[in-house]
Amino acid sequence: MINEEIDASTLADSQKPIAEFRNVSKRFGSVLAASGLNLKITKGEFLSFLGPSGCGKTTALRMLAGFEAASEGDVLLDGEVVNGLDAHHRPVNMVFQHYALFPHMTVAQNIGYGLKQRRPRLPKSLITEKVGKALDVVRLGGYENRRIWEMSGGQQQRVALARAIINEPKLLLLDEPMAALDRKLRKEMQIELQNLQRQLGITFVLVTHDQEEALSMSDRICVMKDGKIVQVGSPQELYDRPSNRYVAGFVGTSNFFDGKVTRIAGTRASVLLENGVEVEGSSVSQVSVAQSVCISVRPEQIKLHRKGEGANVKVLNRIFLGEHTEYLVKHETLGEFFVLSPRQSELNDGPFNTGDVLFASWEASAALVLDSN
Amino acid sequence: MRIYALSVYLFLYIPIGVIALFSFNAGRNASQLQGLSTKWYGVALSNPFVMDALMTSLTVALTAAFLATVFGTMAAVALQGISGPVRKMFDLLIYVAVMIPGIVIGIATLIGLITVFDQLNPLIAAVWPDGATPPKLNMGMGSLIAAHTMFLMALVIIIVRARLAGMDRSLTEASSDLYATPFGTFRQVTLPLIFPAVLAGFLLSFTFSFDDFIIAFFVAGSETTLPIYVFSSIRRGVTPEINAIGTMVLAVSLVLLVAAQILLRRGARSAR
Repeated sequence: MINEEIDASTLADSQKPIAEFRNVSKRFGSVLAASGLNLKITKGEFLSFLGPSGCGKTTALRMLAGFEAASEGDVLLDGEVVNGLDAHHRPVNMVFQHYALFPHMTVAQNIGYGLKQRRPRLPKSLITEKVGKALDVVRLGGYENRRIWEMSGGQQQRVALARAIINEPKLLLLDEPMAALDRKLRKEMQIELQNLQRQLGITFVLVTHDQEEALSMSDRICVMKDGKIVQVGSPQELYDRPSNRYVAGFVGTSNFFDGKVTRIAGTRASVLLENGVEVEGSSVSQVSVAQSVCISVRPEQIKLHRKGEGANVKVLNRIFLGEHTEYLVKHETLGEFFVLSPRQSELNDGPFNTGDVLFASWEASAALVLDSN
Repeated sequence: MRIYALSVYLFLYIPIGVIALFSFNAGRNASQLQGLSTKWYGVALSNPFVMDALMTSLTVALTAAFLATVFGTMAAVALQGISGPVRKMFDLLIYVAVMIPGIVIGIATLIGLITVFDQLNPLIAAVWPDGATPPKLNMGMGSLIAAHTMFLMALVIIIVRARLAGMDRSLTEASSDLYATPFGTFRQVTLPLIFPAVLAGFLLSFTFSFDDFIIAFFVAGSETTLPIYVFSSIRRGVTPEINAIGTMVLAVSLVLLVAAQILLRRGARSAR
């Protein structure tokens, strides 16, 4: 796994990025929607912009599409600055949030729209042939003459996808494409999108606020907050080595305990928690002595047992989730936190019920010392 | 309350009903029904003055409605692209243009055009080659069409704007994302989607221009439109012929208004 990551990163360095943000900012009146974006998008990767609404992720996408021009900095496509280039001159295509299919055209007319705009004109027979192939790719063969309103939500999304990929864009931009689908369909489409991306080799850039979606589909995730990029990395990197509390909280869930750094030894740091207990954790980002930090521990990395060492906690709530059980436990001074126990640990130790007093412990390596912001 | 409302409607529509009824009068007395006949329709349609006036009205209405529709649609689409105080100002001015009484538009256009013509005519005469008679700008068909186009344009803008506002903006974005030029987007996406409103705007404009008396009265010059003809012949007494003309104008107007309404409704439905 680690070897693979290194290979990917050296490959990225040797390749020219297909798209790039160089110190890009975007202002809408007095509102700074994006500021100081620096990002290289590698050819063939699946990159997601992840963040809550209003974090600037859609603005970033729209600057790639050409719907918004950067107020400052440069946007590059395939090595060329495209700041002033209109959307219709850019070799990128977008799948819109509500698909934006043309209601007055058939499925085939929608999909062939991009090819029809080419000058010199492409022969009709070629467009028909390509439309047929694109429909096969999204598994909608034979639906050429359907009207848009005769298609279900999932089918409409495939039409939107086919309409974009038929043009073989350098970037395929996806603006929260699953938002309008129900949960089951969303899972299906996520798998389908991933397969499609591998099959076509087109660079995908996805915008989403759904961390699960970003984690399951992306090669890399760019976490954004308040118009700024907070951290860029593979899903595992973000999960295992978040750069601050925001990322740890947004990518997966975590328990946070506030404190101050007392000692630093290599990648280890000692933190004096607010309850007066000093704990050790691993610092994945730069911290200094006396800095206000928080200790982040993922719920699944906390172990509960009836006997042994650890902090004394009381079970407040138990939610059985099948292969896991989620407990809300309370420590006298640390407060409440979540624990996710695998089925096996309950089978060994017997079920932990509400009101039970247990011991909670975690490995020092599981406790991450993070910047509080 | 019901009786009150009913009497208001009766007061409004009985005179119109009477005109329609008396247009079928067999006798020549306009206040006494002497059997039913369609002969006055024949008389009206074979009267060369009526036919002349009708031709003038149709020419003016068709041209003005066409120009107003083209310019109004262009303006509506352009206004969609701007925002802020400029747009607010335009919106306000357009609504004001629709609200301004016809008589004010008539007088203002008349004075404006006369002033311009008085300045231009000597200039044209001065630069015209010797020997040839210079053309003289005057009130007439041109000023009629111009005045009608002006106030109908505001109407078209309002109708088309309403439709544009209901259109998903991402549709035009999708079109430009798929390499269509701005004009290509207008031709292939925007126009087909707003077409019901554009057509309704044309029909309403045609009706308003065809029916207009007040503005035409000021700027027609020596031209006679159908409403002007009706007005001037009424001074010689109301005949069933006038009733017949009135009824025909009413029928045409109603048909066009209903058609415009149907278009707007249908358009609003398919825009969703």
